[in-house]
Amino acid sequence: MGKSKNWRETLITAVVRTCGYSAVVFVLLIFFFLLREGVPALAEVKLGDLLSARWYPIESHFGILPLLTGSLIVTVGAMLIAIPFGIGTAVFLSEIAPRWMREILKPLVELLGGLPSVVLGFLGILVLSPFLRVFLNLPTGLTALAGALLLGGIAVPTTVSIAEDALDAVPQSYREGALALGATRWQTIWRVTLPAARSGVLTALMLGIGRTIGETMAVMMVTGNAPVLAIKLTSIFSPVRTMTATIAAEMGEVANGSTHYHVLFLIGLVLFLISLAVNIAASSVVFKSRKRAERVLS
Amino acid sequence: MKRRFSLDRFLIQRVGISLITLVAALTVLPIIGVFGYIIAKGAPAISWEFLTAMPRDGMRAGGILPAIIGTFYLTLGTAVFSVPLGIAAAIYLSEYAQENRLTRLIRIAIINLAGIPSVVYGLFGLGLFVLFLKFGTSILSASLTLSIMTLPVIISAAEEALRAVPQSFRTVSISLGGTRWQTIRKIVLPQALPGIITGVILGLERAAGETAPILFTGAAFFLPRLPVSPLDATMALPYHLFVISTQVPGMPIQVQYGTALVLIGFVLGMNLIATVIRSRARAKRQW
Amino acid sequence: MPMNKIIIEHLNLQYTDGTESLRDINLDIPANAVTVLFGPAGGGKSSLLRCLNRLNDLTEVKVASGKILLDGENILDPKTDVIALRRRVGMVFARPVVLPMSIRQNLTYGLELTNEKRKSKLDEAVERGLQLAALWDEVKDRLDDPAIALSGGQQQRLCLARVLANQPEVILLDEPTSGLDPISTAKVEAALQGLKKEYTLILVPHSVQQAARTADFAAFFLQGELVEAAEGKELFTHPKQKRTEDYVEGRFG
Repeated sequence: MGKSKNWRETLITAVVRTCGYSAVVFVLLIFFFLLREGVPALAEVKLGDLLSARWYPIESHFGILPLLTGSLIVTVGAMLIAIPFGIGTAVFLSEIAPRWMREILKPLVELLGGLPSVVLGFLGILVLSPFLRVFLNLPTGLTALAGALLLGGIAVPTTVSIAEDALDAVPQSYREGALALGATRWQTIWRVTLPAARSGVLTALMLGIGRTIGETMAVMMVTGNAPVLAIKLTSIFSPVRTMTATIAAEMGEVANGSTHYHVLFLIGLVLFLISLAVNIAASSVVFKSRKRAERVLS
Repeated sequence: MKRRFSLDRFLIQRVGISLITLVAALTVLPIIGVFGYIIAKGAPAISWEFLTAMPRDGMRAGGILPAIIGTFYLTLGTAVFSVPLGIAAAIYLSEYAQENRLTRLIRIAIINLAGIPSVVYGLFGLGLFVLFLKFGTSILSASLTLSIMTLPVIISAAEEALRAVPQSFRTVSISLGGTRWQTIRKIVLPQALPGIITGVILGLERAAGETAPILFTGAAFFLPRLPVSPLDATMALPYHLFVISTQVPGMPIQVQYGTALVLIGFVLGMNLIATVIRSRARAKRQW
Repeated sequence: MPMNKIIIEHLNLQYTDGTESLRDINLDIPANAVTVLFGPAGGGKSSLLRCLNRLNDLTEVKVASGKILLDGENILDPKTDVIALRRRVGMVFARPVVLPMSIRQNLTYGLELTNEKRKSKLDEAVERGLQLAALWDEVKDRLDDPAIALSGGQQQRLCLARVLANQPEVILLDEPTSGLDPISTAKVEAALQGLKKEYTLILVPHSVQQAARTADFAAFFLQGELVEAAEGKELFTHPKQKRTEDYVEGRFG
C-alpha cells in the first residue's frame, strides 16, 4: 500500500508542478507568436516607412508614428486625470472618510472597475462626446479628450483600490507619532502617511498606466479613428487613433499573411513589450521596497 | 505672530480636505450616474421577449437571446480551461514551490500575463488557435484565448485563499501520517474553496465582459442560428453592444441601452454572487 | 530496567545557515515510561522532539550527523517510510490545533489517511482515543459538533485523543499544557500517567515543577548540550552537575 501511494503522490506532484510552470509557458508562447507573425513586417516594410507619419494601409503606407502618438496622448491625458482623482479618492477613503462611508464607497469604486469597457465606450459615444462637442464647440466630440476622460475613468478604480490598500497598511503609529509632534492631519497625510505608502501608491499608478495603455474598446469607440500625428497641444481636441484601436479595427478586414497583417502583429508586439516593461518596472519597485524594509527591520 | 502661523496651517488643512472631498465626490458621483443612467434608459427595453427571443429586422427588433447564450457559452468555455489549470498552478505556488528564482520567474510571468493588453490576446488567439491550430473562428478559439487571459486572476486569488489557511493545520495533518497531497485534498483545499470560488467568479466576470479577445477569435454578429458545437462562431453580449452602437444605422437607442443593461446585469450579477459567497464563508469559518 | 524504546546516538543538529542547534546528544529513552526533556528556552529540546517523528523535515533544522534508533532501526535513514513512522510516533503541540471539522472527524482523520472506511473501526477508535484522554464523558453526546466549540483544555485533550486514535507506540508532547489553566493541566498530567502503561511518552514540560511532577526519567538540556540524564527522582533531588542543580533550584532560567 505504501508503494502505490508513493506512485500516486509523485504523479500528482508532477502534474501540479507542470501547471505551476504554465504561466511562464504561456508568456513565452505569446511572445513567440507575436514575433513569428510580426517580424516579417520588418522585412516587408522599410524601417523608414514604418517610422513615418503616414498610416494609410490601403496605399501601403505603414507609418506607425501617428498610432504611437495617439496612444501616448490618450495615455498621458488619462494619467493626468487618474493620478489626482485616483490618489485623491484613495486618500479620502483611507484618511478622511468615516468608516461607514468607506465601507460603502470602496465597493462602489471597485464596481466601476468591473464594468466592461465596451459599456463605457458606449456611453462615451452616446453621452460624453456629444457633450464635449457642444460644451467645447468642437466639430466632433470623438476626440483624444474623450478617450482620455474614459480611460481616466477606467484607470481610477484600479488606482484607488491599490493605493487605498497601501495607505491603509501604513501603521497607525506613524500617524499618531506625527500628530503627537504637533502636525495637523493634513500635514500628516502628505508628509508622513503618503510617503510611507509610496511603493504601494507607485505600484497602483503603474498598474493604472498598464490598464490605460492596454485599453482597446473604449478608446476605439470614442477617439474618432483618425490616424494623424498628435503632437500639438491642441491635438487633444481632435480625433486620434491608438495602437490598440488600430489592431482591433483593421484586423478583421486584413488578408491573412499580407503585409498589413504582419504590421498589425508588429504593433501587437510593441504593445506586448511596453506592457512587459511597465510590469517589470512595477514589480522591481515592490521588490526594492521589500528589500529596503528587510534591511531596516533586521 | 504665532496666531497667524497657526491660522495658516489650519486654513490649509480645511481647504485641502475640502478639495480632496470634492475630488472624491467627482469620482464617486459619476459612477452612480453611469449606473443610474443605464438602468433608467435601458429598463424600458427589458421584457421577456427581449431576453428570450431571437433578433429580427437586422438586430433592430426582437430579442438578444443568441448574444446572451453566446456569452454564457464563452464564460463556460473559459471556466473549463482556466479553472482547473489556475487552481493547480495556485496549489503549486502555495504548497509545493520553494521561494527561489524559478518561483520568482513564475510570479513575474503571472504579473505579465495580467498586464498584456486584451487586443494582443486577440491577436495571439488569432495566430495560434484560429489559424495555426485551425480551430477557426469558434467558441473553442475564443474560450481558449479568454482562458489564458483569465488565468493570472484565478491563480492570484486561489493562491491567496490557500495561503490564508493556517499552517498549523498542515503540520497536524503531516504529524498524523498524511502526505502532502492528502493534506491539500482533505484540509487545505476545502478550507480555501470559498475564497477560490470568489476569485474564479470575479475572473470569469471579467472574461464575460471582454470584447477585444473575441473579436477575431469567435465573435460574430449576424448568425441565423444558435451555435451547436464548440467549433461554431457565436454572438456575444459585449461584441453585440459594440456593433449595434457603432455600425448599425437606424438602431433604436432603447435596444442599445437595453443590451448594455443586460450586459452589466450579467456582470454585476456574478459580482453579487461572489460577494455573497465570500461573506457567508467568512461567517461559517471554523478557524 | 525497562527496554529502551528509542536510542539517540551522537546526534548533531544544525540550522540551514550552519549554526548549531544540538551537539553530540546521546540518550536512551525507555519504553512505557514518561521521559522528560527539560531546560531553559533555546536549549534544543523542541528540535530534538521533532526529529523523533521526522517533522524536522519541514523545518530549517537538519540532521548533521548521528542516529536515532526506534526499536533498533535508524529512523534518520533516507529510506525510512516517514508516513508509517509518524503513525507510530504521534505528537501533541503546544497550542491546541483542532482541525476545522467535528470532534468525531478530528479523531478519525488519522485513520482516514490510511483509507480505513469501516464504520466499526472508526467508531472504536473515536471512543478509545477519547477514553484514554479522559474526554469521553464530556463530549460523548456531541461528537458531531465542531471541535472549535470546545474549551482550550478540552481542545488539547482532543489533540491527545486524536493522536491516540491512531494507535501509536510513542507519544511526543511539546509543552502540551502551556496555555491551559491548572485544572486542565492536572487532567492532562493524570491522563499521561494512565497512558504510560501502554505507550512511551516523551514530554517537554513548560516548567521545572511539571518536569518534577511527571518524570520517570529526565534529561537536562542547556544551550544545545545534554548536561545530565537520570531517573526522575534522582535528577531532581540529587543532581550530579552543578548546572543542573542551579537550574532545578531556580538560580537561573
